[in-house]
Amino acid sequence: MSGNDFIALSPLLLLTGSSVLIMLLIALKLSHRNIQLSSLLLFILAFFSLFYEPDVSPHHIEPLLVVDRFAVFIMGLIIFSGLVVNILSYIYFEEKEEGPKEYYVLLFLCTLGACVLATSKHFISLFLGLEILTVGLYALIAYLKARHHNIEAGIKYLVLAAFSSAFLLFGMALIYLQTGSMEFSIIGRSLHSLPSLPPLFLTGLGMMLVGVGFKLAVVPFHMWTADVYQGAPTPVTSFIATVSKGGVIAVLLRFFIVIDGFRFSPLMLMLMSIAIASMIVGNLLALQQKNVKRILAYSSIAHLGYLLVALIPGSVMSIQAVSFYLAAYFITILTAFGIMTILSTKENDAEDIESYKALFWKHPLLACIFSAALLSLAGIPLTAGFVGKFFILAASLQAGFWMIAFVLVIGSVIGLYYYLRIISKMFSGRGGVPRKEQRSHPVFYLVSVIVLSLLTLFIIWFGVYPSGLIYFVDYFRLNM
Amino acid sequence: MILTYLIGILMGGGLLALLLGQWNKSLPKWIALGTVSIGFMLLVSFWIDQSHGVNIFLSETWMAEYRHDWIPAFGISFHLALDGLSLLLLVLTFFLGILAVLCSWNEVKERVGFYHFNLLWILAGISGVFIAMDLFLFYFFWEVMLIPMYFLIGIWGSEKREYAAYKFFIFTQASGLLMLLAILGIYFIHGSNTGNYTFNYFELLGTTISPDTAFWLMLGFMIAFVVKLPLVPFHSWLPDAHSEAPTAGSLILAGLLLKTGAYGILRFVLPLFPEAAQSVASWAMLLGVIGIIYGAILAYSQTDLKRLIAYTSVSHMGFVILGIFAFNELALQGVIMQLVTHAISTGALFIMAGMLKERLHTRDVRLMGGLWTQMPQMGGTAMLLAMASLGLPGLGNFIAEFLILLGAFKANVWLTVLATCGLIFSAIYSLWLIQQVFLGPKKTPDSVQDFSWREIILMASLILSIIWLGLYPQPVINTARPMINKLEKLFVNQSTNNKHVNNLHSTICIEHASSTASFSNTIKLV
Repeated sequence: MSGNDFIALSPLLLLTGSSVLIMLLIALKLSHRNIQLSSLLLFILAFFSLFYEPDVSPHHIEPLLVVDRFAVFIMGLIIFSGLVVNILSYIYFEEKEEGPKEYYVLLFLCTLGACVLATSKHFISLFLGLEILTVGLYALIAYLKARHHNIEAGIKYLVLAAFSSAFLLFGMALIYLQTGSMEFSIIGRSLHSLPSLPPLFLTGLGMMLVGVGFKLAVVPFHMWTADVYQGAPTPVTSFIATVSKGGVIAVLLRFFIVIDGFRFSPLMLMLMSIAIASMIVGNLLALQQKNVKRILAYSSIAHLGYLLVALIPGSVMSIQAVSFYLAAYFITILTAFGIMTILSTKENDAEDIESYKALFWKHPLLACIFSAALLSLAGIPLTAGFVGKFFILAASLQAGFWMIAFVLVIGSVIGLYYYLRIISKMFSGRGGVPRKEQRSHPVFYLVSVIVLSLLTLFIIWFGVYPSGLIYFVDYFRLNM
Repeated sequence: MILTYLIGILMGGGLLALLLGQWNKSLPKWIALGTVSIGFMLLVSFWIDQSHGVNIFLSETWMAEYRHDWIPAFGISFHLALDGLSLLLLVLTFFLGILAVLCSWNEVKERVGFYHFNLLWILAGISGVFIAMDLFLFYFFWEVMLIPMYFLIGIWGSEKREYAAYKFFIFTQASGLLMLLAILGIYFIHGSNTGNYTFNYFELLGTTISPDTAFWLMLGFMIAFVVKLPLVPFHSWLPDAHSEAPTAGSLILAGLLLKTGAYGILRFVLPLFPEAAQSVASWAMLLGVIGIIYGAILAYSQTDLKRLIAYTSVSHMGFVILGIFAFNELALQGVIMQLVTHAISTGALFIMAGMLKERLHTRDVRLMGGLWTQMPQMGGTAMLLAMASLGLPGLGNFIAEFLILLGAFKANVWLTVLATCGLIFSAIYSLWLIQQVFLGPKKTPDSVQDFSWREIILMASLILSIIWLGLYPQPVINTARPMINKLEKLFVNQSTNNKHVNNLHSTICIEHASSTASFSNTIKLV
């Protein structure tokens, strides 16, 4: 490995080193606050190391990894989300008094796994990254062991993720059998001359899609989502919703681009039916939920469906659309779960929709932030979510996919209902003087609120003036 | 530049009201009143300048334009332009905006800042819709007016406000998304034809689209507009939203939001898809007539005062559709008159309903009666407004409906005959309303107050404008004429089977009609 390789890998190395360092700091019996602050610092360091990436893209670290602009973009999103989750976690875990320190080690490991996914160009690194991510998540989901739901969710995730990993491995093996390689580009080259997919390859790819589908929680592999979202501690839920999905989407996109999978109609048919089913089922199942975490879980199924719609055309615009939508979705979902985290109390997470009643009269600022996030998820203009959805619609109409664009529209109309339900709950029940509550951690509370306000500003900024982000997304585009 | 200022002041004023509303309860009202009045004065002085200018009868239809790149990657620009139609509707927007602020002066007591923020942002969205000449920007403003309206109904409405707010939002949003699909469709078709990907209205105008595609794209636009208008099968959001909204909300809904639908058809559907529009013309006219009659019958059977007025809107908007799809100058002039006069007369009725509710704490017509003796001023005003609504000559609505019927008669005789029956129905429900509320035995024991000074000013301005429009509609007709002529030419050139309609002839006709009308009105008044 040359010096340049080290520079290119510096974010990954920093994340790895951070987890070890935090472990050592825990051994020194530092306080929770110090651990939190140092991990925050390390996250910031990892984030800024991305700016020193050599711009001669793409940089291959043979045979496993490639660091190109797209990878840098996705890593940036992932590390940024890790950073936000880290900030929001302090109050949440401090109140629970269950030895919250090791949490930060796991957070670094999971972020590392997702980053490896974003840079991988080989089945081995794909699998390694995925396993680092999921094994960390098992522990994170079940972290609050005194709570009934947490353990249940952890076990559920463990069983299903292990199950899907098996599928993934078997699929990889079949593809290896067919092509003799596990590297994306060589697989792509061996497919290059073929007019249609060989059956063995198709089977392998199908099994891989099952594995990936489980991680992405798209229909019909979505059963675990609601329970895990509900059971996991709220900051972890936001982590699952953003980081783990973003990494997987990135590697999926890279794989499809490299093997040029868009020209094989059975493959596209599979993706299309998954996308359509996810949009419809996700939105329909969310309608009757009374738990905000579950609503967001089902809505995430629908949103992953939207992302697949963006991915299906496989054009330049669709790569931009995926990147844009991911960025918008990350910011939005972090904001939404951030509000839930702040509102959670020692005993209960703020997950029942009733607990949002009259929030607007009690905490106007938090209610406005939450409304902005929900409107962005619903795709209403003035928010980033709208431009993202517009981008997706444009990408799919450009390629002539009218049908799935239409389903997307229907899906978002259904989706509107449950987002509005939360919003109207916040505005219902008038009067009520704002109570002055005693905050146990005023400084961190303030910091969290400031972070969430900044995210909201981003949501609105990208909704009103998206040119900057569009330029950015284009610059960091995956080369075809 | 005046166009950006107009939207800018509204949005800025809204933010200011929101921020200052934290400290002071009455400041937001004054800020809102100030911003809307400044905008109104700017516009009126602009209008007067224009009408004294040289070129109002010439072919140049655009009076002001502003363009700035917004999202160049997609060919989206911040492009505003103003012609006669937009100008009229903008003046209307700001006029009703002032009244909306005034009529909620005492009604709103909590979250005053946020209330006025919403109010001003709705007005900003509506103004944007009327002047946006970029299809993306148009969609953007189209949606911008929804969210504050949703809050206005959902927070300050009456008992069933949440349900009404939902229904309103989902109906309009769903139809709006279909329009977005259609907008993207025409964007890509134009782009692949010419290689120039743009949302600019003027460049998209000449797009050649195959008839099948054009039909579907036209439907996408049409559905968004007829839901807003509303045309009969899509009207069910309207009575709920109107009756649950606070007074200012109902005023804006009836006076302005419905007009955006008609404006959209005139501005986008007809010029972008002339052939496709012609192919559905007879169906649209039929639905319009059904709307006229159905709305009137339902209005008669309501007991809730605001619902009753809401259904009269359905009936009156039926005339709009009938007129638009008659495709001739008379009818189109009538449509524009109808947009203006309906906004004023129905808006005034909603304000009146709000005042009654403030005094009696009910909207149920059955609980009212004999109010004239206690409130002669309000009774007289209501009488005049009801007369306007039923189309009494001398008041603006008569000119509008008369012109529409004249124009529609040329296009389709039998439907026009049916539509004329609608006038009889409207006389029935209007008179019934007056009889129930103001005449007959007195049902409320305690005494109620007549108009206050604020209310007198409110109502006087509305009544004066409706009488002015009835006696001297010429300024409105002149202002809209260049745009109407352009539209008509589109269809005269298009239609081969239609008899060639002489432009000059119809112009003379219209002046004749209006002068006859005003003449006969003057006689009646004397």
